[in-house]
Amino acid sequence: MSGHGPGPYDDRGPLTAGPDELPPGPEHQVLKSLLGAWALAACAPAEADAVEEHLGVCGPCADEALRLREAVGLLQRPESLDLKPALRTRVLETCLERRPPRIPVPDWAAAYDAETARLDALLQDFGDNEWHAPVRLRWYEGDEASSRRTTVAGVIAHLMTVDGLVAVALGLEDPLGEVRPERPTPSDRTEAYWRAARFPPTRSVRGPWREQSHRLIRTVSFTGSDTGRMTVPYGDFALPLHDAMLDRAFECWVHAEDIAEAVDYPYDPPAGRHLHEMVDLAARLLPVVLEARRHHGLAAPVERRLVAAGEPGRSLRLEIEGSGGGEWLIPLDSPAAKGSAEHEVAHVALDGAEFCRLAAGHVPPREAAAGQEGDREAIRDVLFAAASLSRM
Amino acid sequence: MRKKDAPPRWDRKMQQRLARGEAAALGELYDRFASLVHGLAHRVLGDEHAADTVTRDVFAHVWQHPDTYDPRQGPLRSWLAALTNRLAVERLRTTETAALARGGPGTTEDLERKVRHASVAARADYIVQSMPAPLRAALELAYFQRRDYRQTAADLGVTDEEARRRLRLGLQLLATAHDAGAPGAPPGIGGAA
Repeated sequence: MSGHGPGPYDDRGPLTAGPDELPPGPEHQVLKSLLGAWALAACAPAEADAVEEHLGVCGPCADEALRLREAVGLLQRPESLDLKPALRTRVLETCLERRPPRIPVPDWAAAYDAETARLDALLQDFGDNEWHAPVRLRWYEGDEASSRRTTVAGVIAHLMTVDGLVAVALGLEDPLGEVRPERPTPSDRTEAYWRAARFPPTRSVRGPWREQSHRLIRTVSFTGSDTGRMTVPYGDFALPLHDAMLDRAFECWVHAEDIAEAVDYPYDPPAGRHLHEMVDLAARLLPVVLEARRHHGLAAPVERRLVAAGEPGRSLRLEIEGSGGGEWLIPLDSPAAKGSAEHEVAHVALDGAEFCRLAAGHVPPREAAAGQEGDREAIRDVLFAAASLSRM
Repeated sequence: MRKKDAPPRWDRKMQQRLARGEAAALGELYDRFASLVHGLAHRVLGDEHAADTVTRDVFAHVWQHPDTYDPRQGPLRSWLAALTNRLAVERLRTTETAALARGGPGTTEDLERKVRHASVAARADYIVQSMPAPLRAALELAYFQRRDYRQTAADLGVTDEEARRRLRLGLQLLATAHDAGAPGAPPGIGGAA
């Protein structure tokens, strides 16, 4: 620095001053701290003037100011693009084709994998309003519509505690922890969990729910081949592990739809092949449920002629339309009988998603079937039996 | 109930599970990072379908070559961001070059400028997403809500001085989006924050 006077460029702009022309003083420190706010046009006019004056004489600050101004240009509103669930399926399929997995996710866990991922994606952008939106859980009990009020977070807690039945059967940690439900049924577990919490569930339930669902998928991948005969106790009944995972996928979808409805989001039915598996599970459960209902006088008694185990018996043809559809012959007189086209006494046709809503207790049985013909009593019994598959 | 694993441990386990060929690990990886990967690819390419394709390629790459990620070199998240940036930029360059060859408007320099801008924009997005939440909150208020730094300080419940510091530091981090060498540089470029 020599003794010459102000040069021709000294007052012109931020980039003209050399870095060493002015020793940084206290003033410099304050003005430097303002550079971010200045670049964002977020300081008072007098401060902005002071900063700009300083930039004319302070090289380092001028350099930084320019750099920060450029950075402001990089700020962009985050794009909130919803990822389509179908993309997950496509991406994973491509990957697994290119490098077949040494430890695959079993086919019977695929629906659970897909449905939990879809629900998790729905929850992604929920704020507190959505998490605390009221939801009414609906099901059928003793042929009457029942319901229970909770919130979106309460529904996730419900899914987590009932998924916990599978976790416990697999030897994993019980999400209920020290909480002891009266009976190990889905509804008792849920009520016990809700009661034990000091506060109503919040968004913080999402992490544990998701971690448990990931852990279940991982565990059944490793133990898949040994789990053929393992059953999951639900308190009043038990399901083979494979069916239990399908049942949990079904519940996940049904409650995701409850949630989506509560916050007014669209939500699609499951992929066709998963919907087909869910219908198939319900169709396989129906003969057992019919028999139990007969014992309780809720369904018409069996016709006089007895059906030997494995023999064809009176059947109802359930025709499911749409994606995931198909036909099922439901033996009416005994779970041991075989469904038979020759002994068909009734025919019911309805859409796959609609059938699942019936089985979830979301559609009154009297209003369910789009097309029915044949034995009206048999049809009534099957539709009510389907609704009675539902629970909290 | 345990909270999420600390990142390095989660990253290391994930890498081992992928290497072992565990399909469930691939699903978890997708669930955690798909929206990041898709968002960055979309920022570069500006096209939903192209972003879908890059998302597929990123996960296919990790699944087919899990050993190319070394947990000791940094977080999986920034490695994936860098990989996404590289593949998205490659794709952008390929499609733009093809358009140019077909007699589309512009010059090779325009093309390079466009590619560079897209790459920097995606890196900037990543930096904003990855910076400490207090810095991001301050930038959000000052830039998107047009609050001055004193209002920002009041909104955040901090001193004026702290608000000034956060705004400056946030922009300094963001500015590093320009630094990371040529577009398509190898992994590591996303790790600025």
